Amino acid sequence: MSTENHNPQKYYVPDQSIWPLVGAIALGLIAFGAGHYTIEWSKQEAGFGHYFLGAGLLVMVVMLVGWFGDQIRESRAGLYNEQLGRSYKQGMSWFIFSEVMFFMAFFGALFYARMIAVPWLGGASNNEMTGQILWPGFEAIWPLTTTPDGTTTQAMGWFGLPLINTVILVISSVTLHFAHVGLEEGKRQKLKVWLLITIALGLIFLGLQGYEYVHAYRDLGLTLDSGIYGNTFFMLTGFHGLHVTLGAIMMIVMAGRVFAGHFTKNDQFAFQATAWYWHFVDVVWLCLFVFVYVL
Amino acid sequence: MSTIVTDTHSAHDAHDHHDHHPKGIKRWLFTTNHKDIGTMYLWFSLIMFFVGGSMALMIRAELFQPGMQIVDPHFFNQMTTMHGVIMVFGAVMPAFVGLANWMIPMMIGAPDMALPRMNNWSFWILPFAFLIMLSSFFMPGGAPAFGWTFYAPLSTTYSTDSTALFVFSMHIMGMSSIMGAINVIVTIMNMRAPGMSYMKMPLFVWTWFITAFLLIAVMPVLAGVVTMVLTDKYFGTAFFDAAGGGDPVLFQHLFWFFGHPEVYIMILPSFGIVSAIIPAFARKPLFGYASMVYATAAIAGLSFLVWAHHMFTTGMPTFASLFFMYMTMLIAVPTGVKVFNWVSTMWRGAMTFETPMLFSLAFVVLFTIGGFSGIMLAITPVDYQYHDTYFVVAHFHYVLVSGAVFSIMAAAYYWLPKWSGVMYDTFLSKLHFWCSLISVNILFFPMHFVGLAGMPRRIPDYALQFADINAIVSVGGFLFGFSQLIFLAVCIKCALKKGEPAPAKPWEGAEGLEWTVPSPAPYHTFDVPPVIK
Amino acid sequence: MNVRLTRLLLALSALSVSATASAEQSLQLNLTRGVTNISNKVYDLHMLVFYICLAIGVIVFGAMFWSILRHRKSRGVKPATFHDNVKVEIAWTIIPFLILFAMAVPATITLIKMDDTSDSDISVLVTGSQWRWHYSYLEYDVEYQSIMATPREQIYGRLPQTENYLLEVDRPLVIPTGKKVRFLITSDDVIHSWWVPEFAVKKDANPGYINEAWTRVDEPGIYRGQCAELCGRDHAFMPVVVIAKEPADFEAWIRGEEERLRTAREEEQRLLSMQMSMDELMELGQQTYMAQCAACHQPNGQGIPGVFPGLAGVGVSVGDQQAHIDVVVNGARGTAMQAYRNTLSMRELAAVITYERNAWGNNTGDMVQAADIHHFIQGNQ
Ligand code: HEA
Ligand code: HEA
Ligand code: HEC
Ligand code: CUA
Ligand SMILES: [Cu+2]
Repeated sequence: MSTENHNPQKYYVPDQSIWPLVGAIALGLIAFGAGHYTIEWSKQEAGFGHYFLGAGLLVMVVMLVGWFGDQIRESRAGLYNEQLGRSYKQGMSWFIFSEVMFFMAFFGALFYARMIAVPWLGGASNNEMTGQILWPGFEAIWPLTTTPDGTTTQAMGWFGLPLINTVILVISSVTLHFAHVGLEEGKRQKLKVWLLITIALGLIFLGLQGYEYVHAYRDLGLTLDSGIYGNTFFMLTGFHGLHVTLGAIMMIVMAGRVFAGHFTKNDQFAFQATAWYWHFVDVVWLCLFVFVYVL
Repeated sequence: MSTIVTDTHSAHDAHDHHDHHPKGIKRWLFTTNHKDIGTMYLWFSLIMFFVGGSMALMIRAELFQPGMQIVDPHFFNQMTTMHGVIMVFGAVMPAFVGLANWMIPMMIGAPDMALPRMNNWSFWILPFAFLIMLSSFFMPGGAPAFGWTFYAPLSTTYSTDSTALFVFSMHIMGMSSIMGAINVIVTIMNMRAPGMSYMKMPLFVWTWFITAFLLIAVMPVLAGVVTMVLTDKYFGTAFFDAAGGGDPVLFQHLFWFFGHPEVYIMILPSFGIVSAIIPAFARKPLFGYASMVYATAAIAGLSFLVWAHHMFTTGMPTFASLFFMYMTMLIAVPTGVKVFNWVSTMWRGAMTFETPMLFSLAFVVLFTIGGFSGIMLAITPVDYQYHDTYFVVAHFHYVLVSGAVFSIMAAAYYWLPKWSGVMYDTFLSKLHFWCSLISVNILFFPMHFVGLAGMPRRIPDYALQFADINAIVSVGGFLFGFSQLIFLAVCIKCALKKGEPAPAKPWEGAEGLEWTVPSPAPYHTFDVPPVIK
Repeated sequence: MNVRLTRLLLALSALSVSATASAEQSLQLNLTRGVTNISNKVYDLHMLVFYICLAIGVIVFGAMFWSILRHRKSRGVKPATFHDNVKVEIAWTIIPFLILFAMAVPATITLIKMDDTSDSDISVLVTGSQWRWHYSYLEYDVEYQSIMATPREQIYGRLPQTENYLLEVDRPLVIPTGKKVRFLITSDDVIHSWWVPEFAVKKDANPGYINEAWTRVDEPGIYRGQCAELCGRDHAFMPVVVIAKEPADFEAWIRGEEERLRTAREEEQRLLSMQMSMDELMELGQQTYMAQCAACHQPNGQGIPGVFPGLAGVGVSVGDQQAHIDVVVNGARGTAMQAYRNTLSMRELAAVITYERNAWGNNTGDMVQAADIHHFIQGNQ
C-alpha cells in the first residue's frame, strides 16, 4: 500500500497486522486467567486459572516478538518517515506520563495514610472520638510499626542498602546517557560498553532489592500484610522493581540490536524510548527513596 | 473559525488509487483503518447500550411497585452495578472513541490515526474485557454487586469472588482507554494538515484533545485503585482497613480522583459535537470559538480539584468540604459560557430542524437542567439531604442520558450519511427523537421528586409513599428503552445501504474537511494532506 | 415548536414542586422542611438555589426558544454573521460568578453550624452493621440494637403492605427534645450511612473511624429515615427510626431501660443453671434466627451460594458443636459473619445454635443450653 512511494509529503499508513488482535487475545487470557488464579490461590483450590494465565503470557510473548519484529523490519527497510518517528516519540512520552500517574495513585495512598489516616486513628483533626473510643492506646507514628489491631513490624532504614541502591540507579542513568552520547557521536564501542555497564547496574539493583526483601521478611517481620507501612512499602518498591525489570529487559533487547548493528544517529527511536523509560524509573526511585525510606 | 480550501485533487486521488481494501472478516480483525475501527467501536457501543439498557429495564421492572417481585436483592445489586459499569465503560466511552476514530483524522486532514495498529489493539481489548466482566454472572455469588463505584470494604472483604475478574477486566479496559487516548493526542499534535493550526481545529477535535489528557491522567489512577482493592481482598494489605492503619475513605478519594474527571470525559466530546451541529443548522458561525476552547480547558482543569463533592457525607473536616464546594460551584462558570455561546449561535441564525439539530437542542436544554441539579448537589449542607438519593440519580441521568447519549445520537444522525453513503430514514429518525425526548423526561424528571422526598438509591424495594412516582418512572423507562429500537432500525437500514445516496455535503450549513470528501467517505482519505488557508 | 412545549412543561412541573408540596401532604415532591433549625436552614438554601437556577433557566431557555421561534429559515430570515463579542462574554463569565458567590455565603455559614458538634448535652454511639443499627448511650448504661420490623411476608407479597412499610424497627432510638444530641457514627463492617431527613443529618458510618453529627429537635414525634449507603444485599432493609420525647419522658424512659437491662442481665445469670426443653429452644431459636440470621443465611438455611454459606446439611451446623458455637459467638474475622457475643443473650445464642443444628433436616438432636455458651465464653477468656 504505502510502500509504493516515499514522498515525504505523504503519510505512512502501516499495513494490516494480526498482532493487535493477538495482543488483545493475550490480554484477555491473562486477565481471565489471573482473575481465576487469584481466586483459586486464595482458596487453595485446584482450577484452570493458571492455564489461562500461562497461555496468555505465552501469547503475549509471541505477540511482542512478532509485533516488534515487524516493526524493526519495517523500520530498517526505511519505510518510516520523520512524522512517524515523531508520533512514536510523543506516544512514548504520553505512555510514560500515564505511568507517572499510576505511581501517583500509590504515592497518594502513602501520603494519605501518613498525613491523614494514621493521625486520625490516633484522634487528630475531627476524629477525637475515633482515637478515644475505637483505638484507645493506639499511637500515631510513622513508620507505623504497630497497627491499630496490634500487628507489629520494624521499619526499613534508609542507610545502607537503600542508599547504595540509590547511588547505583543514579549512576546507571548517567552511564546510559554516556551510551546515548556514544550513539549520537557514532562511537559504537563507547555505546556498547556504557550500555552493558548500565544493564549490569540495573541487574545489581534488582539483586540488591531482592536481598532487601528477604531481609525485610526474615529479619524485620516487615511483610506485605503487616499494615499500611508494609503495604505502601512493598507496593511502591514492588511496582518500581517490576518497572526496573521491564526496563532491564528492554535494555537487553537494545543491546542485542546494538550488537546486530542497528540504530544510527537518525534512527534510534527504540533506543531513545528505552532510555527515557530508564530515566523515568530512576526518577520514581528518587521519590521513593525520599518518601518511603528517608522521611 | 477558518475557511477551508482543499485541493479537490487529494480527495479525487484517494478515490482513484487507494480505495482497494481487504475484504471479509480479515478486514475487521486485522485492520489499521481508522474508519473500520471507528465503525467497530460504534457497533460495540450500541450493543453494550442495549445490554446495559436491558439491565436498567430489569431495575425498573423490580421498582415498578413496592415489594420484591422479580429478582433477589443481591441480584438487583448486580444489575445496578453492571448497568453502571457497562453504560459508562461499554456504551458511552467507546461511542466517543468510535466518533473520534472516524472524525478526528477527517477533520484535521490526516489519512489515519497516528498509531493505527495500536488503535486496533485498543478496540479489540474491549470485547474481551466485557466478556470477562459478564462471565462473572456465572460464578457462584454472581457478578459484582457493590455499585459502579465499588466502595471498599464492600468490594474487598465483603465481596464475592467476581471481584478478581472485575479488577482484571478493569485493568485491560484501562489499558485500552489509555492507548486510545495516546493515539488521539498524538494524532492531533502530529497529523494536522498544513495550515490547520490549533485555533483552527474544529471544536470536536479540541474537546477530544482535552478529553484525552483527562483519560491519560486518570485511567492509571483507576488501575492503581483497583489493584489496591485486589490486594486488600486477596493479599492481606490494609489500604482500606482501619485495623491495619488504612482508611475506607482513602478508597473514595482515589476512586473519585479518577471518577470525577471520568464524568467530564463523558461530556466534553458531547460539547464538541453540539458545537459542530448547532452552527451547521443555524447557518451561522459558532459564537465565541476561542472562549469555547478556554472553557473546555477550564472545565478539565477544575475537574481535578472537585472530586470530594461525592464525599461530603464521609466526615471530611469542614475546611475540606468548603474547598471542594467552592471548586465545584466554579465549574458552572465555564460551562455557562458554553451554554450561552450555543444560545448566541442560534440567535439571529436561520435555523432548520433536522434530526441532528433536534437532538442538539434537546441536549442544550436537558444537559443544562442536569447541570442545575449538579449545582444544587454542590451545596454541601443541602447535599447532606440529596446524597445517595434518587435526586443524584436524576442529576446524572440528565447529564449522561439526555446529555452524553443524546449528543451521541445527534452525532450519529449528523455523520451517518458520511459514514454509510446513504441518507437515513428521516421519518424514523424524527419519530425516534420525539419518542426519546418525551419518554426520557417521563423516565428521569420524576426521579427528582422521589429523591427529594427521601428515596435512597440502590434499593430494590421502597416505602409506600414513593410508589406512584416509581410506577411513572418505570413506564417512562420502558418507553424510552423501546424507543431506542427505532434507532437500531435506522442504523441497520443504513448499514445495509438502504436509502437515497447521500451527497458529499448533505447539510447546507455544515463546515469542515469531512464534507469535502464523497459520501460514503473513501476507505483512505487525505493520503496527501489538504492545505488549509 | 414542540421543543418549546416540552420546555414549558418542564418549567411548569418544576414550579409545581414547591406549590404541591405544601398543598398536598400525601404525595411529597419537595425536600422535607424537617423539624430542626438546621433542617429549616437547609430547606431554605435548597429553595434559594432552586429558584436561582429556575430564573437562569427561564432566561437562557427563553432566549433560546425565542430564536428557535423567530430565527428560523422557514421565516425567510438571513443569518447574521457575528461570532464574537468580548464584552458580552466577559459579562456572562462574571455574572454567574457573582451569583455563585451569593449562594456560597449562606451555604458556608450553614455548613459550619452543622459541623460544629461541640457542647452537646448527650452523646449516642451509632454503629451500623449488616443490616441493623446499634445504639449506645455514652452517658447511660443503655445499649441495644434496632432491626427492621417489617415482616418478610409483606416484602414478598404474602401479606398486604402496611403503613410505614420498610420504615419501622423493633426498637427505635429515643432522644430528648430541646437538647443538643451528638451522634458518634461508626460501623462494624461495611460503610453505612445514618440518615434522618427531618433532622437534615446524614453521615457515613465508616468502619474503624467515628464521624460526628448533631441535632436539636424541638417537636416530640417519630422520625423515620434509612441507611443511605449501599451496604450489601439488604441495604434497602435498614431503616432508622428516632423518637423524640420531652426531656422528662426521656429521663423516665432511659431509667426504665437501664432497669430493664439490669434485670435482664440478672435474669440471664439466674437462668444459666436452668435447662430449656427442645421445644422452647427451637421456638426461641427460630425467632432469633429469623430476626438476626435469615437475612444472610436465608429462612430455609440455604444461604446464597458464593456469598453466604448455607447451613442446611453442611458445615459446622451438622459437625463439631464447639466450632459451631465459636463461629456464632466470635464471628468469622474478616467476613460478614459478625460476633454475636454482645448482641444476643446466652439463652438466645443457645437457642439459635440448637435451632440450626435441628432445623431444615439437620436433625442432629443436639441441644445447646445457655450454660454451654457460658462455659464456652469463660473458657475463651
Ligand atoms: C456527564 C456527566 C456529568 C456531568 C457533566 C456532571 C456535571 C456536574 N455535576 Fe455531576 N455527577 C455525575 C455525572 C456528571 N455530573 C455522576 C455520574 C454522578 C454520580 C456518581 C455516583 O455516585 O454514582 C454525579 C454526582 C454529582 C455530585 C455528587 C452528588 C452526591 O452523590 O451527593 C455532585 C455534587 O456536587 C455533582 C455536581 C456536578 C456539577 C456541579 C456539575 C457541573 O459540571 C454542571 C455545570 C453546568 C451548569 C451549572 C449548567 C449550565 C450553566 C449555566 C447556564 C450558567 C449559570 C448557572 C449558574 C450560575 C448556576 N455531581
Ligand atoms: C451513560 C450512562 C447511563 C445510561 C445511558 C443509563 C441509562 C438508564 N439508566 Fe442508569 N445508571 C448509570 C448510568 C447510565 N444509565 C449509572 C452510572 C448508574 C449508577 C449505578 C450505581 O448505582 O452503581 C445508574 C443507575 C441507574 C438507576 C438506579 C439504580 C439504583 O440505584 O438501584 C436506575 C433506576 O431507574 C437507572 C435507570 C436507567 C434507565 C431506565 C436508563 C435508560 O436510558 C436505558 C434505556 C434502555 C435501553 C436502551 C434498553 C433497550 C432494550 C430494549 C428495548 C429491550 C430489548 C432487549 C434486547 C434487544 C436484548 N440507572
Ligand atoms: C451479614 C451476614 C450474616 C449474618 C446476619 C449472619 N451470618 Fe452467619 N455467616 C455469614 C458469612 C459470610 C459466613 C461465612 C464466614 C466464613 O467465610 O468463614 C457465615 C458463617 C456462619 C456459620 C458457619 C458456617 C459453616 O458451616 O462454616 C454459622 C454456623 C453461622 N454463620 C451462623 C449464623 C447465625 C446463628 C447468625 C445469626 C445469629 C448468623 N450466622 C448471621 C454471614 C452472616
Ligand atoms: Cu446499611 Cu445501607
Ligand atoms: Cu463529580
